[in-house]
Amino acid sequence: MSDELVSVTIDGLPLQVPEGTMIIEAAKQAGVLVPHYCYHPSLPSPAVCRMCLVEVEKAPKLMPSCVTAVAEGQVVHINSPAAKSARQGVLEFLLINHPLDCPICDQAGECELQDFVFQEGRSGSRYDDYPKRYAPVEDFGTDVLYVPNRCILCTRCVRFMEDVAQDGVLEVYQRGDRSYIGMEPAHKLEHPWSGNVVDLCPVGSLISKDFLHRARAWDLDKTASVCPGCTQGCNMTVDTRDSTVVRLRPRPNLDVNRHFMCDAGRADYRWMNRGDRVEAPLHQDGGKLHACDWDTALDEMAALIRASDGSVVLLASGRAPCEALGWTMRLAGNNVRAAAIKVPIGPEAPIGAIPNLALRAERAPNLDGARMLGVSTDWLAAINAVKGAELVIVLDAELDDADIAALSGATHLIHFATAVEPRLAHADFVVPIATMAEEQGVFVNRDNRAQRFLPAKSAPGMARSAWWVASQVWRRGGEGRRAPGTASEAFGSLAPFDGLTYRDLGLGGRVVATSPAGAAR
Amino acid sequence: MGYPHPIHPKETPVLSKHFGEVEARPYAGWVERGGYVALKKALTMAPDDITSEVKASGLRGRGGAGFPTGLKWSFMPKEDGKPHYLCCNADESEPGTFKDREILRWTPHALIEGCAIAQLAIRAETCYIYIRGEFTEPYHILQRAVDEAYANGVLGANAFGSGRRIDIVVHRGAGAYICGEETAMMNSIEGRRGNPRIKPPFPAVAGLFGKPTTINNVETLAAVPAIINQGAAWYAKLSLSSPKSTGTKLISVCGHVQRPGTYEITMGLPMKELIYDLCGGMRPGRTLKAVIPGGSSVPIMTPEEVENCPTDYEGIVANGSMLGSGGMIVMDDTTDIVHVAMRLAKFYAHESCAQCTNCREGTAWTARILERMLAGEGKESDLGLLLDLAENMTGKTICVLSDSCAAPVVSGIQKFRPDFDRHLNVERPLKTAGV
Repeated sequence: MSDELVSVTIDGLPLQVPEGTMIIEAAKQAGVLVPHYCYHPSLPSPAVCRMCLVEVEKAPKLMPSCVTAVAEGQVVHINSPAAKSARQGVLEFLLINHPLDCPICDQAGECELQDFVFQEGRSGSRYDDYPKRYAPVEDFGTDVLYVPNRCILCTRCVRFMEDVAQDGVLEVYQRGDRSYIGMEPAHKLEHPWSGNVVDLCPVGSLISKDFLHRARAWDLDKTASVCPGCTQGCNMTVDTRDSTVVRLRPRPNLDVNRHFMCDAGRADYRWMNRGDRVEAPLHQDGGKLHACDWDTALDEMAALIRASDGSVVLLASGRAPCEALGWTMRLAGNNVRAAAIKVPIGPEAPIGAIPNLALRAERAPNLDGARMLGVSTDWLAAINAVKGAELVIVLDAELDDADIAALSGATHLIHFATAVEPRLAHADFVVPIATMAEEQGVFVNRDNRAQRFLPAKSAPGMARSAWWVASQVWRRGGEGRRAPGTASEAFGSLAPFDGLTYRDLGLGGRVVATSPAGAAR
Repeated sequence: MGYPHPIHPKETPVLSKHFGEVEARPYAGWVERGGYVALKKALTMAPDDITSEVKASGLRGRGGAGFPTGLKWSFMPKEDGKPHYLCCNADESEPGTFKDREILRWTPHALIEGCAIAQLAIRAETCYIYIRGEFTEPYHILQRAVDEAYANGVLGANAFGSGRRIDIVVHRGAGAYICGEETAMMNSIEGRRGNPRIKPPFPAVAGLFGKPTTINNVETLAAVPAIINQGAAWYAKLSLSSPKSTGTKLISVCGHVQRPGTYEITMGLPMKELIYDLCGGMRPGRTLKAVIPGGSSVPIMTPEEVENCPTDYEGIVANGSMLGSGGMIVMDDTTDIVHVAMRLAKFYAHESCAQCTNCREGTAWTARILERMLAGEGKESDLGLLLDLAENMTGKTICVLSDSCAAPVVSGIQKFRPDFDRHLNVERPLKTAGV
């Protein structure tokens, strides 16, 4: 696409768009969504649904707006009678074999067929007296069910597997109105990104087994978030129903994950709904952990830190956001002997056709943020440093038996925990903190892009964000110290992000420089 | 000779001269009959001169659309460093059309020679002849002819010692009508599903394997050697009516005529003469009711329209239809046009590639409504519905298959309304519970 601008008029609105823009995208800039099914901005356009036909003046017939580029002086009518009646015709054709099983369809409420029929379809059917096409539900693999009856054959799934995942297992079989989406018997939808076909499907034909009949779309609350699965940092939406996370879906970000998200990230939400949470600050009282109020816990922790002039070791989760890492580091002050996050390693799974998009081997969303904040990834060194350290702060890290054994030798231990950990009952304090689904924060992905996530549900009991606890303890440690009042302030007051606010990051993220000196402003 | 009937005095045998002569099939026999003279001549000509010659002859595409062949060839880029391709469309599957089959069966070397000349004109080293899968006999004959042409140095790295490479590959289809659509054919040759592609890009820019490609019909290419041999002026003079329709045309006539078969006429021969003289007219005691002049995709003509219609591109358009592929279906007064429309709609419903919504669902729905009508279950509103569906199927899809399904339905309703009314106004017997 060149930088040259061409002038077009779309539904009466004069507009300047870059040369080579398709009409459907230009219309979006004019504030008009051309109804469409087969078109998807991240897939090649086959122009087969014939839904996006628009009237272009001087063209002999209606043009498919998804494959027709703008031209200088072009006048486009999206809502002219001819275009509208063509769309109505297509909708009627799509509906003749579509079961009206919306009451039991997972897609209802977020179904593009429903939406556009409601917007401009016919109210009744002229396809009377004939049975609809029927074929049984098919299991496509990992998390995908195919309901052929609902399929409108837009072929988005076929094109995704073929052109984006580059694992062309899906194909259109048969011809005419007998056609369906299918696979060779030996094949399965096993590609690690294949779950995207569920999102791509404009109707309820490809549905998630995991989400099957879990919630109605209109009952869901949607929260912008970032996948904590790996260093890629795919943007995602957390769907909650009554404060329970029921689904994770990709949120478009053309610079990071386009419209996609891997199956591993998609499936990894159950921990957000854990029930065995620490709900109140716990401190040692008579050799046992007992609940106390926040003031007591904060004062006592401040006293402990003041008393322990010796060295501090920070053991953090790879999923700890910048705010939590930065403020626990600040709390540890100059006495940090070692600080590390735990980075689980797994196989890398690229999507295929999109460069720089993969499920990364380093399964820690804030690896680069940790590096910027001076936290290493050398977990073993940090564990070895536990012995002889005055104080160990565990920041919700996933601990294995060796780690637990090492921690039994710690002089003092403050455990920032989301879940109860009986093996660390000897901790001086157990601090209830919120998970990433319950707080605001920032992950810095592998390309130094700082990306916000928002709270999707409320934290249980008295649990607070880790940064809040750390900053409150820190404030109590010296005169004239002022703790940040908001998460945004907590983020901006960290050296690498000097002065940046959440507003600066937006919901699409922002690349931050690696050194504090060059911090973007 | 002539096949299946002796050549009629009103025929102009150019392509069909050797139909029925088994001796014309092998290489030796073909050379005896003046074969490959044109190719040798073309090998001495500049590519653009061949194109100009064909342009001047007025030869137009014989596959259906009637696009000027020379003009089509001139769209091909000149020296762009890319491989060019010629595709010969031998996927003759239009209902009622069986003219290319005769060329493939009787004079395969005429096609090979035509392909080779066209390849020289468009600078294509390779030609794919995409032959309909059901054409088993023509395929074997053609393949044998291609093998012979290689063995005799006509094809290969050094065609007739000219140092030029001319390759021809015969590719069999797998039985899909839609693969006769040129872009679907390219997909099929590439090993993909035979779905038509969106244009632009046009084949001359990005066709087979993404390279500049020209697609020509069998009959078009088979006519090229004669043009090169006898000159553009001779060919351009072969016309009885419009100067825009030149040369000879193979018309395959089927249906209720006494002598169905493939006939070669000079462009512009009155359709009546074709039906009544060449084909021997209607069966005894029957009268003409309708003609589909150019393969099943074109509108149906009434006897009044046939009356003064010259058989050429412009004449048939002026009389409410199209020359199309030249596959003529003649129907007498025993024919029920609703049944015709239903049969054709069922064909298109079966052959729709299923890409475009309008075609996939519209063709099948149209067929169902017509079937219902024939079963005496039609409704008053059905005619309006059919026309509405036809409107939604015309000009709205990637290729013209759905337009082809709509054309006979619309023209049937417009021109043969009484047939439809007869099915709608039936007295329905009271259904009893059987007690």
